[in-house]
Amino acid sequence: MALLEVNDIHTYYGNIHALKGISLTVEKGEIVSLIGGNGAGKTTTLRTISGLITPRSGGVAFDGADISQYRAHQLVSKGIAMVPEGRGVFARLSVTENLNMGAYHRNDKDGIAEDLEKVFQIFPRLKERRTQVAGTLSGGEQQMLATGRALMSRPDLLLMDEPSMGLAPVLVEATFETIETINKEGTTILLVEQNAHMALQVADRGYVLQTGEIVLSNTAKELQRDPTVQKAYLGIE
Amino acid sequence: MSQRFKDIDYIGVVLWLFRTAIVVVVLWGTISKLFLEQGNAYTTIDWIDFLIAGLSQGSLYALIALGYTLVYGVLFMINFAHGEFFMSGTMTATIFVALPLSSSGFLDANPILGMLIIIIVAMLVSVGVALLTERVAYRPLRRAPRLVPLITAIGASFFWQYFFRGLYGSTLIPFPELQVLVGKWTVFGIEILKTRAVVMVASVIMLIGLYIFIMRTKTGTAIRAVAEDKDIAALMGIDVDRTISITFATGAAMAGAAGILYGMVFRQVHFFMGFVPGIKAFTAAVLGGIGSIPGAALGGLFLGLIEAVGPPLFLEGLGIPGAHQLKDVIAFTMLVLVLIFRPQGIVGERLAEKKA
Ligand SMILES: Nc1ncnc2c1ncn2[C@@H]1O[C@H](COP(=O)(O)OP(=O)(O)OP(=O)(O)O)[C@@H](O)[C@H]1O
Ligand SMILES: [Mg+2]
Repeated sequence: MALLEVNDIHTYYGNIHALKGISLTVEKGEIVSLIGGNGAGKTTTLRTISGLITPRSGGVAFDGADISQYRAHQLVSKGIAMVPEGRGVFARLSVTENLNMGAYHRNDKDGIAEDLEKVFQIFPRLKERRTQVAGTLSGGEQQMLATGRALMSRPDLLLMDEPSMGLAPVLVEATFETIETINKEGTTILLVEQNAHMALQVADRGYVLQTGEIVLSNTAKELQRDPTVQKAYLGIE
Repeated sequence: MSQRFKDIDYIGVVLWLFRTAIVVVVLWGTISKLFLEQGNAYTTIDWIDFLIAGLSQGSLYALIALGYTLVYGVLFMINFAHGEFFMSGTMTATIFVALPLSSSGFLDANPILGMLIIIIVAMLVSVGVALLTERVAYRPLRRAPRLVPLITAIGASFFWQYFFRGLYGSTLIPFPELQVLVGKWTVFGIEILKTRAVVMVASVIMLIGLYIFIMRTKTGTAIRAVAEDKDIAALMGIDVDRTISITFATGAAMAGAAGILYGMVFRQVHFFMGFVPGIKAFTAAVLGGIGSIPGAALGGLFLGLIEAVGPPLFLEGLGIPGAHQLKDVIAFTMLVLVLIFRPQGIVGERLAEKKA
């Protein structure tokens, strides 16, 4: 049984039919990349899985149970966390407060303190700035904070929406290294990226999304070799 | 293009003249009062009295203003029914608790316990009314254009006024007098009405308590998170609807407590009592910067002070008769001036631009 099973979901924004029957699976322990151009529906897919939008039809199963009708705040304690597009840190909360909000549903004080230390170990920069208001962090630091905050909920499945967006090349490298580290420590990851090159490099499998539909799916290695993917997303002629 | 520049300049000049005129009038009034007027001048003790009255009234405004600011912070909505949250708790607790406790002699025998019971009942009723209003009238409109909940709030305000008028009648109901609070205390050689002192101390304690709740507790942090971004807050596992309810409840609890303090000072309650303090507190919240908690506190104190000191100081100095009756005019003039010149208030952000 796959950890996440998305089955033929249709999601609408008013009359706009944004997802036209998306199906995908993520196995426990995998990194799965979802690539596609602007407006393809990547963010909408993640928002539907995380419960921010309810699909009009279709099912989302997590750990075998249907979650398509759950709302976002109910899914965190089930083990789903998201690093939203554009980071979405709470600009007026301090770094520590942001991280604590990630652990909002938890009551195990010791466990939370332990995870806070872990996050500070992965991102020492955050430790230096823990009393600083998040709005004054640099873009890269905000990305670290958004990732750390998601980890604070001890997720089984981490949804990441374009974590490398707007970062300098060095930081992009670091971001993908972090993604691999997090995955090695046992968190399953569904990664949305426009940087298809890096996304396919760290992923086990990948899906290609185009105007609300999955047009290709394969192992990451195969996708990297696929001529249409090379042409459209990897910039190889 | 050049036409546009001309327009901006022209408005700027008019506003600048307007601003200067206000400063001149206030200064002129003040100077003529303090230095030019002969006889009939107030003594230092009188001025201290005005100050204390202003601070005491201002701390009540501050308590009520918090409700506006908290709700605006999370929903970007001005809850015009807030004055009715204040009234509902106060009236109910006065009729069902304060008056019976007073006539049975319990209140004067145990003034502290008695007042606590009255305040707690008032807070609970205010919270109940607030939660009901939020659930029934506001929550279904969460995704509606911003004007819609605003109009609904005005409707809710009327609804509660006439609901409680039907329930309790339209007569003035006396708030019982506490024997221990009759008269004055002398603090550092200054005589101060006991009720005013109690109002100030109680308000300061509640303001500090609220500040700690919002800034230091998990629920308070969640309220601030919801105020920033509801979707992201939900992704943290925060139940946004519940947190909004808690926000309404917090503001209403402060208003309920403020209502009893208000009853203590003015010694009467009635179904319309929420209107003027409500609008004044709204003014205070805008003055301080709506959405900001310290802003609401500062705005409330400032408004109370200006209302108390303004009439004897610059209005009388301008030779306006019956200046004291004009304190409401001062409050609303301030509201208009703040909206024109400093919409972000003393410490806050712009009213119109906040929800970018
Ligand atoms: N709130 C909304 N209201 C209406 N339409 C929306 C909304 N959000 C997204 N859409 C539309 O849904 C489609 C999918 O958008 P989505 O944000 O999922 O794309 P995306 O693949 O994440 O794109 P990008 O790479 O630019 O982030 C787009 O056509 C977009 O215009
Ligand atoms: Mg997107």
